[in-house]
Amino acid sequence: MSIINSRDILETVSMIQDEHLDIRTVTMGISLLDCIDPDIDRACEKVYQKITEKAKNLVPVCEEIEKTYGIPIINKRISVTPIAMVAAACRGQSPLKFALTLEKCAAAVGVNFIGGYSALVHKGFSAGDRELIESIPEALARTEHVCASVNLGSTKAGLNMDAVRLMGETVRRAAELTADRQCIGAAKLVVFCNAPEDNPFMAGAFHGVGEEDTVINVGVSGPGVVRSALSKLGKDAPVDAVAELIKKTAFKITRMGQLVAKEASSRLGMKFGIVDLSLAPTPAVGDSVAHILEEMGLEQCGGCGTTACLALLNDAVKKGGVMASSHIGGLSGAFIPVTEDAGMIDAAASGTLTLEKLEAMTAVCSVGLDMINIPGDTPAEVISAIIADEAAIGMVNSKTTACRLIPAIGKKVGDTLSFGGLLGEGPVMAVNQKSPAVFIHRGGRLPAPLQSLKN
Amino acid sequence: MRAVITVIGKDTVGILAKVSALCATYGANIIDVTQTVMQDLFCMIMLCETDSLSAPFSEFVDSAEKLGEENHLKIHVMHEDLFNSMHRI
Repeated sequence: MSIINSRDILETVSMIQDEHLDIRTVTMGISLLDCIDPDIDRACEKVYQKITEKAKNLVPVCEEIEKTYGIPIINKRISVTPIAMVAAACRGQSPLKFALTLEKCAAAVGVNFIGGYSALVHKGFSAGDRELIESIPEALARTEHVCASVNLGSTKAGLNMDAVRLMGETVRRAAELTADRQCIGAAKLVVFCNAPEDNPFMAGAFHGVGEEDTVINVGVSGPGVVRSALSKLGKDAPVDAVAELIKKTAFKITRMGQLVAKEASSRLGMKFGIVDLSLAPTPAVGDSVAHILEEMGLEQCGGCGTTACLALLNDAVKKGGVMASSHIGGLSGAFIPVTEDAGMIDAAASGTLTLEKLEAMTAVCSVGLDMINIPGDTPAEVISAIIADEAAIGMVNSKTTACRLIPAIGKKVGDTLSFGGLLGEGPVMAVNQKSPAVFIHRGGRLPAPLQSLKN
Repeated sequence: MRAVITVIGKDTVGILAKVSALCATYGANIIDVTQTVMQDLFCMIMLCETDSLSAPFSEFVDSAEKLGEENHLKIHVMHEDLFNSMHRI
């Protein structure tokens, strides 16, 4: 071929056809700050009008792009201003109505998820925050597409330990209210430290207050492509070669994301926000981050060496991706959601991958303890303490960390929770049940670390 | 715009003719063709101009895929920009 190398063309086709390369999500961020109203019904009406007007073309435009470029776009999503801010004006009323409105919007425009039933409480609770957090379990039980998140810590502010205690109870309650549906409520709830304001991935997406009124953010995928590239590298190749190869592959993946982001934002007449260059796995065979680590030379993910391999992967993905896009943001790195990754599921089921190892892995990858099923009788204080540990890693290392834990109500270690779709399924993992209750009930604010004083 | 058509499958008589006929039906102007046979596997890449298609682009894509299924081939039609952006700095 005179213009483009035919080997390159076939490589791209094979990435998409055989190695599950796809755009994970095109997420439209919509600010709801202009929908604030003391009358909650009026506010909900404004929210509905704004979202359905702005996002009415999101799904058709994405489908058009899929056809034109031959790239599957798996999810179309919306993120909105943290609802706690919008609901703050509606004194004394439960923000639940906003959740139901968001659900109605998701159905009207046909998106897969809508994120932003959120509160930012890293330094303290302001008006509307407590009410929103308390309503999360019911909101998630009564809706299907709404996702919730709470940011309870940051490197600058420290950790809000009152929120940590509250979120342990909230996570448990979210699972209890949906116990008849595989505890799905808790799978749609993320607890963050250093939450990014432009993250296109669920369940933690929300539209930050410093963002444009509407914006298009894109999240790519592609673990299968990286694994496949590595499988062609000799087993005796040094790790430098491994890192180089991952960088080159990440570059190509991100370029595709950039192209789709540019195209989607121009067709929708909105600003392009960021490309999130995360390697997001799916439960499909051949689309696993764990399998990349195993391809690097580990017998199974979770064994010794896993953290080092993941650090290499995470760094190389960023280095390769950063030049491929004009704006990188969101979480950007490698995801390790246990139930969403075929290799992780196997490793957890065989006992190789433990919660402690996962915690170590979160210190070097892009998110945190993600999609982990824990025994149903785990007390709220223990859940809070897991959240505190994870948030501390994020706070001290100036990175985003998150917890998406699913207490498997009525189930014990070794049983399975099955969510279906992208959320996958996985075994209930063992949790150290020694009580941290006294520590958790102290409350207060865990001081910000010295590295917060950068000015 | 220009589209890249890739055709992969078992080598049989008349593949090029069938794909070219499809392009002619839809008014896609073929600019360049390259083909090889690797171990019985036929592999053809075609570059064509699709600005004056007689039907929407998506219909052309669907027809190409259908033609592929009928002939036990994998036929994909994709915008040229995808390849340019992935493989060029």
